[in-house]
Amino acid sequence: MKRSWLPGFITLGVILFLFAPLVVLVVNSFNASRFGGEWEGFTWMWYEKLWAAGEIWESLWITLKIAISASLATMVLGTLAAYALHRFRSGLQNVHHMLITLPLVMPDILMGMSLLALFVLTGVETGLLTIWIAHVTFCLSFVTMVVLGRLQDFDLTLLDAARDLGATQAQAVKKVLLPLLLPGVLAGGLLAFTLSIDDYVITFFVSGPGTTTLPLRVASMMKTSRSLPVINALSTLLIASTFLVAVCSHRLQRRA
Amino acid sequence: MSTASRTSRQWLLTLPSLTWLAVFFVIPAILVILTAFRPADLQGGVGPGWTLDTLHELNDPAYLPILWRTFSLSAATTLICLVLGLPVAFQMARAGQRLRQVLLLLVIIPFLSNFLIRIFAWKSLLHPEGPLTKLLISLQLIPENAVLLHHSGTVLLVLVYTQLPFAILPLYAAAEKFDLGLLDAARDLGAGPWRAFAKVFVPGVRRGLISAAVMVFVCCLGQYVIPQMVGGASDEMLGSKIAQRVFSDRNLPHASALAGGLMLAVLVPMLIVALWQQFGRKEES
Repeated sequence: MKRSWLPGFITLGVILFLFAPLVVLVVNSFNASRFGGEWEGFTWMWYEKLWAAGEIWESLWITLKIAISASLATMVLGTLAAYALHRFRSGLQNVHHMLITLPLVMPDILMGMSLLALFVLTGVETGLLTIWIAHVTFCLSFVTMVVLGRLQDFDLTLLDAARDLGATQAQAVKKVLLPLLLPGVLAGGLLAFTLSIDDYVITFFVSGPGTTTLPLRVASMMKTSRSLPVINALSTLLIASTFLVAVCSHRLQRRA
Repeated sequence: MSTASRTSRQWLLTLPSLTWLAVFFVIPAILVILTAFRPADLQGGVGPGWTLDTLHELNDPAYLPILWRTFSLSAATTLICLVLGLPVAFQMARAGQRLRQVLLLLVIIPFLSNFLIRIFAWKSLLHPEGPLTKLLISLQLIPENAVLLHHSGTVLLVLVYTQLPFAILPLYAAAEKFDLGLLDAARDLGAGPWRAFAKVFVPGVRRGLISAAVMVFVCCLGQYVIPQMVGGASDEMLGSKIAQRVFSDRNLPHASALAGGLMLAVLVPMLIVALWQQFGRKEES
């Protein structure tokens, strides 16, 4: 039967729509023209300016510290949560499941606002710690979902088999469960890492003095047109690293 | 394993995430609603005692256009994202294994790319000196002095742009599980391609449609960065007001009242959908 070409055509259009602005941005990071309206010749100038902008690298360091520690924490919390959700069927797990899924559909601004209310009312000074708490909170649900997806493909009777063959509970978990779960846990961790690096809205609410993360820095740079081409250069590097992370995470999740 | 040790093991495994979410998700959400009934203090915190003043201040007709704009922009974005997302999900599901993986990656990359960068890309594309403006002027499609930025149309465009991957991914997850052979069956029975798509495929991915719609709509409701960056002064959404109350006016109770209202507006439909899906599952089994 003849297949309609329309869905393919729309898909092509959507992919072009999704990528065109990013491609223009990457091309303009090498464009000598300040506003990128016309091609005025190839230049590394914006990358040199980016390299010399110390405050950006300082922000990157803060962002990485938060992203690494938040993704490690969510990998542990999320794996435990996913295992509990998968292993047990009970009223407790129904509540647990609801609590894990709700943050996924909570608009960022509400999560930022409610954490800010918590910190203001309990008198906690906003700073690195509060950003870390916020990031763990919004990444936890995503990591749990990724690990849970992996667990659903996993045959839990393998654990019983290991026990029957004489392994202790601890050995069965360490030698059978963890190695099989590892790709899922790593993919979840990578997702948490990207979400954490990316977050602007929630971080904006719970950040304090001296904790300007990279997205906060980019947002303040966007307000002055002087540094626009430098943002192009920075964005190009960030898009390239997102690309790498996406490919890695994709590989991890596919390896069954 | 005894029941008692099984129960204690369950609690042991559940407690870390449950406690974390209770302390940093449930309690803060309740606090926001409570803060709406507290007086503001001048340092941006809350004063002692309880008051209904904030709620009286909210009873201001100036909020109506903002509420309407927030709702209509979110609804329009959701609709456009579903209309564009459905054929893409369909195409991905019917493509061969290799092409499917490539398409999935192509949707995930913008999804994972920095949110601010994606807005920034449009901001510079639509800039008066930017490439798109120059191109459209040279093609004489828009007048010489046209301004593409800072319209409500720009806000809609960028909302669709940022939310589209959020719509495609759940739609694809549903389409992947859908048995495409059913479409051939419908065609064999004499349905045209449109009819087969609308009457067989669309109901078949119903669950994906609901998750995509909820995801996009709810995300849009809380937006403030997009109207702030690419919209004009008259394109404020509810989120802009919340951010303004927190950061410019430093009036936490007022911001909390707005956020609390939005929270209820988000959670109530969510609960309805959850109950409906629960009901649907019982019906199917």
